[in-house]
Amino acid sequence: MSGRRLRAVSIAALAALAVAIPFLFGPYRVGQFTLVLVYAVAVLGLNLLVGYNGQISLGHGAFFALGAYTAALLIEKASVPYLLSVPAAGVLCFVAGYLFGVPALRLRGLYLALVTLGLAIAFPQLIKRFDGLTEGSQGLTVEQPAAPGWLSLADDQFLYLLVLAFAAVMFLAAWNLMRGQLGRAVKAVRDAEIPASTVGIDLGATKTRVFAVSAAYAGVAGALYVFAIGFVAPEAFTLTISFAFLAAIVVGGLATISGALFGALFIEFVPVYASDVNDALTGVIYGGVLIAFMWLLPDGAAGLLRRLRRLVSRGEEETRREDPGGGEWHEEERADRVAGPAGRAGAGAGGLRA
Amino acid sequence: MERFVQVVVDGIATGSIYAAMALALVLIFRSTGIVNFAQGEMAMFSTFVAWGLYEAGVPIGLAALTTLGLSFIVGMAIERALIRHFEGGEPLTLVIVTLGMFILLNSLAGWIWGFENRGFPSLFADETVTLGGVRLSVESLGIVAVLLVVVGLLFLLFQRTKIGLAMRAAALNPESSALVGVRVGTMLMLGWGLAAALGALAGVLVAPRLFLDVNLMGSVLIYAFAAAALGGFDSALGAVVGGWVIGVSETLAGTYVDFIGADLKILVPLAIIFVVLLVRPTGLFGSREVARA
Amino acid sequence: MSLLEVEQLHAAYGPVRVLEGIDFSVEQGQKVAMLGPNGAGKTTVLRALSGMVHTRGRAEFDGRTLVGRSTADIARRGVAHVPEGRGTFPTLSVEENLRLGAYVRRDGDAVRADLERVYGWFPRLSERRSQSAGSLSGGEQQMLAVARALMLRPRLLMLDEPSLGLAPIVAKELFGVLRKICADEGMTVLLVEQNAGLALDLADHAYVLESGRIALSGEADQIKDDDKVRRSYLGL
Repeated sequence: MSGRRLRAVSIAALAALAVAIPFLFGPYRVGQFTLVLVYAVAVLGLNLLVGYNGQISLGHGAFFALGAYTAALLIEKASVPYLLSVPAAGVLCFVAGYLFGVPALRLRGLYLALVTLGLAIAFPQLIKRFDGLTEGSQGLTVEQPAAPGWLSLADDQFLYLLVLAFAAVMFLAAWNLMRGQLGRAVKAVRDAEIPASTVGIDLGATKTRVFAVSAAYAGVAGALYVFAIGFVAPEAFTLTISFAFLAAIVVGGLATISGALFGALFIEFVPVYASDVNDALTGVIYGGVLIAFMWLLPDGAAGLLRRLRRLVSRGEEETRREDPGGGEWHEEERADRVAGPAGRAGAGAGGLRA
Repeated sequence: MERFVQVVVDGIATGSIYAAMALALVLIFRSTGIVNFAQGEMAMFSTFVAWGLYEAGVPIGLAALTTLGLSFIVGMAIERALIRHFEGGEPLTLVIVTLGMFILLNSLAGWIWGFENRGFPSLFADETVTLGGVRLSVESLGIVAVLLVVVGLLFLLFQRTKIGLAMRAAALNPESSALVGVRVGTMLMLGWGLAAALGALAGVLVAPRLFLDVNLMGSVLIYAFAAAALGGFDSALGAVVGGWVIGVSETLAGTYVDFIGADLKILVPLAIIFVVLLVRPTGLFGSREVARA
Repeated sequence: MSLLEVEQLHAAYGPVRVLEGIDFSVEQGQKVAMLGPNGAGKTTVLRALSGMVHTRGRAEFDGRTLVGRSTADIARRGVAHVPEGRGTFPTLSVEENLRLGAYVRRDGDAVRADLERVYGWFPRLSERRSQSAGSLSGGEQQMLAVARALMLRPRLLMLDEPSLGLAPIVAKELFGVLRKICADEGMTVLLVEQNAGLALDLADHAYVLESGRIALSGEADQIKDDDKVRRSYLGL
């Protein structure tokens, strides 16, 4: 089977499985899978940023929180229909991301990480500070979408499928985005094979747009989170969640759509099982995984899978060459590199590596 | 007036703790070229070890010194066993690795010692001393004195010894250093060891003032980042000056300005970092290459 | 046994092969020039000997192999390499640069004596000893680089294009000092040079490198006098 065919079949199978889930499991499990979808959307956004801009943002949790609170406040305090809260959250976060990005992205990658770390730490404090609006530490309960009568579905099943629908749209949008001009621009910036400026691509604007888009994804995911959980409080959006997203992209594999799913599965289920052993174990696993994956598998699990698949069907190489902007957009040639700005000249170990 | 002087001295003391941590960050930045996000957690871990020794009956002064030594060794080991593998590669990879170390150490400490907070004994007597008519706490004066001594020793090390010169050279130009026979890897190892010891020092100095728990160094790290950014990430002098400036400002603002509550205090160093990096990325004393995007 | 023996040395930067199996040797006290056009691989020869490039083949210094050894270890054996671009530490002072040259030595008094001797050869460095190396002119920085290498008390001095970027008068002055030092110390030298004229005046023996291979080998005087060689290989 050719690479393309194989991919199409696997996507179809995955989609069928995804739709079947609410009918295969009980409400608790279905709820967990709903969260997996929520996280997958967020992780997808972060993948865009890290995998393509080559920059690390630790502030993804903050945009996630912003989206969640936006949706929560719109639904509870402004009586906005829940369906509208999702795009509203997305748009708001896009704008916020853009505004933050314009100054922030002028900084070297290292410093962007630092500044977004600050954002992640500050955000919960800000939530608590404006407790008139946000109810502060108490948190805000939000009415979750209920299954309409004419669909004979239980609430949890309906919720799952609703989130799945939004998630599918987001995934398709990402795929489309990457096939189009933005994707090409982003790849040019990242690969630096041609100076992006010579093809009329404004580096700064591209990076800022990608940052804004990734923030929008986090915002949409935040809104979906509100559907899934029905409650928001500052404690849910601490630094931990930003670290969890980071772990997710590392495990899942940078700059891949499938990677987002792997990563989301990882961060949803690992804490569940880890906390059975010990409260602290989740953190230890996240940390250990980040280090181990950087050491062994800089591409993450999806990258590994891709390499395996390539071994199976050599023909993929040719197909990929002809298809510059599309398909699975992770480049296996970049397999040994975490995208990023060139390292500081001279920073290196003793004994120059020949 | 007396109050003002007390507050300023207190600020310099707090600032000295930030400065110690900032020096650790600068040391790593100059040698390995990255910001070690895990520096604070390493320090926290060290502080817990000191606490453990103290609980086992070791007098606090000795426990602290032993911890400094142990931290030095472990810092070297971390460079050799973990960081070395990633040196010369993409800085982003190392950033992720240090972030991984951050969560790992934080959770590991919680696993070993639990998440509750506890007290930590001060290295100094709980007394005051009167200087020039002003009553000052021995602890504050002691902290400042310790920092000055440490800075002095570091100065001697880097400016007056062969190995200090070699460490500076290795950080400036590894290739040229190798050509004169400097083992760059070893120099980096020493840098990490020193940084870990500095972090541990900051930890044992700050722990008596806050409670000792796994999140002890979280905010201290942010303040230290702000100090390093303000001073210039590759300037040791900048780290000290930056630390003092931030320490004094924080204490003055905390005493005389009510509007910034306890929650939002952390926003001040964060804002400083943002502003400095955007407006003058080299900080007060840093050199050119520091922050270009 | 030659001080430096190289046999079938291959070197590559990643997939790009630069040296395609070269053979040469340097005797104790001999001054050898490695000449050739740009891109021939001259600099790579020195980098390969210093362990800075992926190498294959045999290269032995004083009977012990260099291939696979780290740069710092090679320097510690007494091989001083003055790199292309000088490799000085611009933010350190002249004297600090020189002291670094003697980093691996334990004989403190002898180091101090050598420092004075080096200042004797290069009086301009002496005048500027507390200044930062970056404030020196191109020619002075080159002198500093050579002086630093000499502080090692090397058994083999390797120089990579010392005349590069220097005004002709300055380059001539530098080579004059080099000749004097070689005469005083009996130094063994491996010199890579673009400027064949200056190089052949200093060297005893010369090799010409072309596309990663040794195209010619001979006594420096002969090569200098051979018009055909000069025109086709050296553009003189």
